[in-house]
Amino acid sequence: MNWRFVGRMAWRETRGSRKRLVLLTGAIAAGVAALVAVNSFAANLRDSVNRQAQALLGADLSISSRQPFTPRVQALIDSLVTPDTARGVPAGQRASVTNFAGMAYTPRTSGVRLVEVAAVEPGYPFYGTIETDPVGAWDQLDTGGGVIVDPSLLNALGARLGDTLALGQSRFTILATVTSQPGAVAAAAAFSPRIYIAERDLSATGLLQFGSRVEYEVFLKLAEPGNATQISKEYRPILRPERARIRSVEENRSDLTEALTQMSNYLGLVALIALLLGGMGVASAVHVFINQKLDTIAILRCLGSEARQLFVVYLLQALALGALGAVIGATLGAGLQRVLPLVLSDILPVDVQVHLDPQAVLLGIGLGIWVASVFALMPLLAIRRVSPLMTLRREVEPVRAARDLAWIASAGALVVSVGALAVLQAGRLLDGVGFTVGIGIVVFVLWLASVGLIRGVRKWFPTSWPYVWRQGLANLYRPGNQTVTVVLSLGFGAFLLSTLFLVQHNLLRDFRVGITGMRPNLAFLDVQPDQRSGVISALREEGLDSILTVPMVPMRITSVKGEPVVLGPPPEETDSLDADSAAVQPGWALRREYRSTYRDQLVGSEVLVSGSWWSGPRIDSTAPVNVSLEEEIARDIGVEIGDEIVWNVQGVQVTSRVANIREVDWARFEPNFFAVFQGGALEDAPQFLVTLVRVDDPQARGALQRHMAERYPNVTSIDLGSLQQLLESILARVSLAVRFMAGFSLATGAVVLVGAIATTRFQRVREAVLLKTLGATRRQVLRIFLAEYLSLGTLSAGMAVLLSTIAGWALARFVFETSYALPLGALGILLGLIVTLTVAIGLANSLDVLRRTPLEALRND
Amino acid sequence: MLRCEGLSQTYVSGGRPLTVLKDITFTLDDGGFLAIVGPSGSGKTTLLGLLAGLDRPATGHVWLDAADITAMDEDERARIRAAKIGFVFQSFQLIPTLTAIENVQVPLELRGEPSEQRAKELLERVGLGDRLDHYPAQLSGGEQQRVALARAFSIRPKILFADEPTGNLDAKTGGTIIELMLELNRTEGTTLVLVTHDHDIARLARQTLRLSDGRIVGEQAVAS
Repeated sequence: MNWRFVGRMAWRETRGSRKRLVLLTGAIAAGVAALVAVNSFAANLRDSVNRQAQALLGADLSISSRQPFTPRVQALIDSLVTPDTARGVPAGQRASVTNFAGMAYTPRTSGVRLVEVAAVEPGYPFYGTIETDPVGAWDQLDTGGGVIVDPSLLNALGARLGDTLALGQSRFTILATVTSQPGAVAAAAAFSPRIYIAERDLSATGLLQFGSRVEYEVFLKLAEPGNATQISKEYRPILRPERARIRSVEENRSDLTEALTQMSNYLGLVALIALLLGGMGVASAVHVFINQKLDTIAILRCLGSEARQLFVVYLLQALALGALGAVIGATLGAGLQRVLPLVLSDILPVDVQVHLDPQAVLLGIGLGIWVASVFALMPLLAIRRVSPLMTLRREVEPVRAARDLAWIASAGALVVSVGALAVLQAGRLLDGVGFTVGIGIVVFVLWLASVGLIRGVRKWFPTSWPYVWRQGLANLYRPGNQTVTVVLSLGFGAFLLSTLFLVQHNLLRDFRVGITGMRPNLAFLDVQPDQRSGVISALREEGLDSILTVPMVPMRITSVKGEPVVLGPPPEETDSLDADSAAVQPGWALRREYRSTYRDQLVGSEVLVSGSWWSGPRIDSTAPVNVSLEEEIARDIGVEIGDEIVWNVQGVQVTSRVANIREVDWARFEPNFFAVFQGGALEDAPQFLVTLVRVDDPQARGALQRHMAERYPNVTSIDLGSLQQLLESILARVSLAVRFMAGFSLATGAVVLVGAIATTRFQRVREAVLLKTLGATRRQVLRIFLAEYLSLGTLSAGMAVLLSTIAGWALARFVFETSYALPLGALGILLGLIVTLTVAIGLANSLDVLRRTPLEALRND
Repeated sequence: MLRCEGLSQTYVSGGRPLTVLKDITFTLDDGGFLAIVGPSGSGKTTLLGLLAGLDRPATGHVWLDAADITAMDEDERARIRAAKIGFVFQSFQLIPTLTAIENVQVPLELRGEPSEQRAKELLERVGLGDRLDHYPAQLSGGEQQRVALARAFSIRPKILFADEPTGNLDAKTGGTIIELMLELNRTEGTTLVLVTHDHDIARLARQTLRLSDGRIVGEQAVAS
């Protein structure tokens, strides 16, 4: 191969097409920018978690439980901090932290707020520091009587440092605010701000009552910190039956890293879509370019260059432009990655230190070049089919690559590359394969649609339509048409956009549906049975008559179908630390604590799936009580209708019979239950109540919360209105990040669209000029274009939106597990926008054709 | 130099085979000058394409400089073209993105030979010494054809194929082009094969093939 010639030709051949080749560069740049931004950000996140790992846990080990530690757990904890004099190992240290929810109230301002209380023993945290304003207040906490609060609480209460804060039966002085605390998620503080009191002040608050959700945690600083993970692994099977869980720094770090990696992987897939769209842009730009270069290629063939040589000339060109695009994209991405932490900082548990990750940059550039070349290969194969004979007689048909071995190899390389990239970016084989198959299906359906359009228009040609329409539609199937290319690239971009929109719409809709209408929007939790009548009459005094009171009875399962539930470690011990997640721990459904209710009617959020509802309270107190189970929990426990479950209700064994199975809409803000008992069995069991009311005016809601906090300090209240706002704002943050990444796809899509339309434009300049020569007015020519782009745009966008409704449904059903509804109006607007965009870009690209006089064109020919 | 035997060509048009050349046989000596004449559609251009190895015949053989180019594959024929053949076309066929001098350089560059000096000399010889860096669009038709001639002669081809080289030019400019070709034919000994409509030009040739309907209907040779 004569490389000197190849290099020179590759450079010279960009002349006169540079504007169009910028499209190619731009298509790759946007995708690479998105990838580099996401991947570098992900690397930053991992680094930050690794650096802050010890401080994130605050100790070497933590042991926690939802109930007070059993003597066995206490003994284990003691043994971990006991000095081993035989081996000369000194004593370790321990500090306990008790977490629970409470209502904070400042008498001076009458402000009231649900807070997350942490009662801490001196010494915590052993690693990292909780920084306060004023500085040094953390150490004063131990003296008692003081409280350190999240800054957001001061705003919420209208309070300031030095104010008195009431919590349960106690009064505290607000000492300081927390300015920095490892592991805290800012968004969580917006829902229930965290406050710190001293452990010694805990019992005086009187808040640890029956039914309170309390988490007891003890933090350990070991004399030999290196043993932490080993100890954690050894102790876990012993602690599990005691309902306690254990975490080491390393396990905490790897869990966190895994969760964050998954988040960045999904963002990365969105970025990958931008890059793949860019690849399609490259393919269509190269396709146009080669078709314009047919003459040149034929001349060069005539002058004796080999097909292989010319193939390399244009491949080199695509590579160089891809590389240029990748470098530009990486530079852009390096800047953009600074934006991601800003968008996501409130939902991240670590402070992300932004620095450029060289690996992400190199990977981005590499992927950019790779995608550019793999997508350029197939259109470039057409070069091999250009005959030198074309110098003598110009063929009308554009050259297409033969489906030979090289074609199959290129197609294979393309598919394998897309799959490999998806697996790499998704981080999981199955996700990557699913992603690739999904893309494959969409591309295939779009291809079918475009081929169908070409055949359909040809077969059922509307011969009675006006001339310009007939001419425009005929353009869809005439020789050298670009219907397939345009429909594929335009349709794919539109599909992505529409799917993202649908998913976001449905996620948000779930929250909205839950809160509108006449449903309760204020919940009072932890109402004790002896407070019931007082609470109800207090609410009546406020003029509220529709008061819903739901009893809750904590219980655990003793036996199922006569088989006792054994609390030993499960046969296959996993490394997972999340004791609350059913997905990772089979048997969780058997071991967990249930908060069940009893009533004799179904409620609005429930649908009976099988069995029948009981007609009234149980009469025969010796018969098993009827119970209704939620369908998934019934499956997890492994019971069917008629099976027997024995429950341990605070020490009393209650035998039940599964009467029916319910489906529950958990998305609604209502007290929903896994198990609902028939009346007449649990009325005397230890229980607490949840009381729900609806107060439309937000200020009245606040006043009611204050009023109740003063009278019933142990009762916590949740304003569902503000909870909904919070959820929406968190979702908005996440979707902003997704949209931010999808924006790159949109930008690339626009570039691809311009390229695709340019494809058709160059082939019809001659035709339009000829029409004008024959006497067509500019208006007529314009309308011919309009007819063509309108039909192309409508088909592409229509198919895209249709496919996206299916994809959106699948995502809602299987990934997000939410209900699904189609916002027809909004989809219609989206459809209209895409069609308008297509027509606008199409016509804008054709203006040049209109401006040219016939003579000018003839001269150039 | 050039010999063909039983050359036929068939194209498929509208689903039906269409025979455009039938049983062409002739020989052309080294340094000869052959004119192929005939009405439109008589198969002149198809014959030229086959002789130059731009296409493969349905049947028959072409020997160029004793090598059977019909037995070669596309890339082998390309190497033959790069080594021995020059082309001039009716529509000039310059590469629009290259300057005049770069267009002339291409065949030399393909062979990996130094090209700039020779290209310059050739362009000066065809009277375009002051137009080296002009792009084809900036040149008149006659000038473009002179660049094409310079390009054709850059590799000192053994044989030059010309497809109606004066077809797009006025009589005076066309005359200059033909004179240049003849001069190169004389000084470099290049064999010329020329397709033309123009009887005046055909009369200059030492050998003439008259085609009609894809067959040779007249052949004449002028003793040199």
